[in-house]
Amino acid sequence: MMPVLELRNLTKTFPIKGAFGRRGGTVRAVNDVSLAIANGQIYGLAGESGSGKSTIARMIMGLTVPTSGDILIDGVSILGKQASLAHRQKVQMVFQNPGASLNPRRTVGQSVMVPLSAHSYSGNRAARIGDLLEMVQLPAHFADRYPHELSGGQKQRVAIARALAVEPSLLVLDEPTSALDVSVQAKVIDLLEGLVADLGLTYLFISHDLSLMRNFAQTVGILYLGQIVETGPVASVFADPQHDYTRLLIASVPVISEAEAALRPHIPLINGEIPTAEDLLALRQNSPNPGPNTKEALS
Amino acid sequence: MTALLSVQNLSVSFTTYGRTAQVLHNVSLDVPEGAQIALVGESGSGKSVTMKTIMGILPIPPARIEGGAVLFDGRDLLTMPERDRQRLRGTAMSMVFQDPMSSLNPVFTIKDQLGTILKYADRRLGRDRNTRARLARVHEVLAQVRMRDPERVAAAFPVQLSGGMRQRVLIAMALLSEPRLLIADEPGTALDVTTQAQILKLLKDLVRENRLALLMITHNLGVVRETSAYTYVMNKGRIVEHGHTAALFDAPRDAYTRSLIAAVPRLTGREA
Repeated sequence: MMPVLELRNLTKTFPIKGAFGRRGGTVRAVNDVSLAIANGQIYGLAGESGSGKSTIARMIMGLTVPTSGDILIDGVSILGKQASLAHRQKVQMVFQNPGASLNPRRTVGQSVMVPLSAHSYSGNRAARIGDLLEMVQLPAHFADRYPHELSGGQKQRVAIARALAVEPSLLVLDEPTSALDVSVQAKVIDLLEGLVADLGLTYLFISHDLSLMRNFAQTVGILYLGQIVETGPVASVFADPQHDYTRLLIASVPVISEAEAALRPHIPLINGEIPTAEDLLALRQNSPNPGPNTKEALS
Repeated sequence: MTALLSVQNLSVSFTTYGRTAQVLHNVSLDVPEGAQIALVGESGSGKSVTMKTIMGILPIPPARIEGGAVLFDGRDLLTMPERDRQRLRGTAMSMVFQDPMSSLNPVFTIKDQLGTILKYADRRLGRDRNTRARLARVHEVLAQVRMRDPERVAAAFPVQLSGGMRQRVLIAMALLSEPRLLIADEPGTALDVTTQAQILKLLKDLVRENRLALLMITHNLGVVRETSAYTYVMNKGRIVEHGHTAALFDAPRDAYTRSLIAAVPRLTGREA
């Protein structure tokens, strides 16, 4: 079956600005990333800040133009026609902070109306808004409320309803619950899980929360300095991580039970920021059970 | 009377637009000398109001302390003269703040900011230390928080440091005047998971090495388990449950605690 989303050798480089606007070389934010997500799948992209996960999301949405490589949605390349309505109809995005992604001067109904108008929805728009709110388990009368009257979880539900308005096949979820309390997060995740089944959706789920990734995604890709260094079914990647960086990530997760603590690789933590290849190499030399070579994996 | 910090039956209300809401209901907690205690709750639980009352930075009004006491070393902070309280704040008890971006002034170097804090702490305590001695102390605390090159960090502006380094500067700031109690407000929340793990380990090591008491205020149950031996759970302005961290996580008695623990995604997946 044809994948809903396919990335082929996707690469994005940005120029580095030197002092006073001089060009100072380039940085590879996304480096030769390939992945395919089948219909109905939840693919998790895990990485820390600077790993390139948001740049990948922006390229899929057509907000950033790739330097090279291709993006196929339902088998059709989206490149060269960034703003096409057909593309926007197929892919929608839910952002991290619903407080910032909803216009404070629009009611919930007006916010959900925007994609309907943009895509010239021909049916009864008020009824459609009511249906969408019901889908995200909000009462229909919320259509008249403003974002400031809603809780964080309710706002994120509105953002999900807005994303669903044009019946997309793929949702890009960029840290959709990281701004929420853990009990609210659990409910939003439940909702998203219900929707993926009921509406035949496919998710690209971007997060730095590995525990959440373990529970929500089926396949995971670990992104490190713009490259997917490890990928596979989520259970096997977490049970037996092969790459040094994956091990470091899992070892860093704060956990709440002995069973989870036992699952974490016992490796020394690195002192500094996002570990460099040299850090990982040093880690390998201190590690009792070395995995595949970092330098090889990165080259 | 053995606790270094003892909050007893603290009740606080807020009055805004003529409406009064009680936000803390008889909150009691103890932080013994040298112990690691966590106060955990979701947004709106009252954990920050509790912290602000302890530190004496609660805005009064709109807030009003309805009753209770906050004892530090047996003396009530709430009734103590402001001068005495200032002598304790930032010296005997100090705070590690959450957001390393907004807690540092962008136009001063790290040594300027830490030096100024130290100067005023010294003045309050009646200690005499010249500029050179202060700079030496700044370098010393930066080394204590495992900075590889304390002199370079001291001379840097905040923007020249990464998020993890800024968070360590904030910990160094709290250690400047050799406090007995550290109150940490969600440290590392703004950081990546690998950096957060380092910060938590650093805090744990520092607390042990310097025999500090730690009150960890957080919403993250994982952080609680990593850092604290004893835990208080807060919900809607009340302490709903407290106990030894491992026992509390294994067999929570309160319904809210149970639901909170059940909501945490597990690294082992759902089947476990």
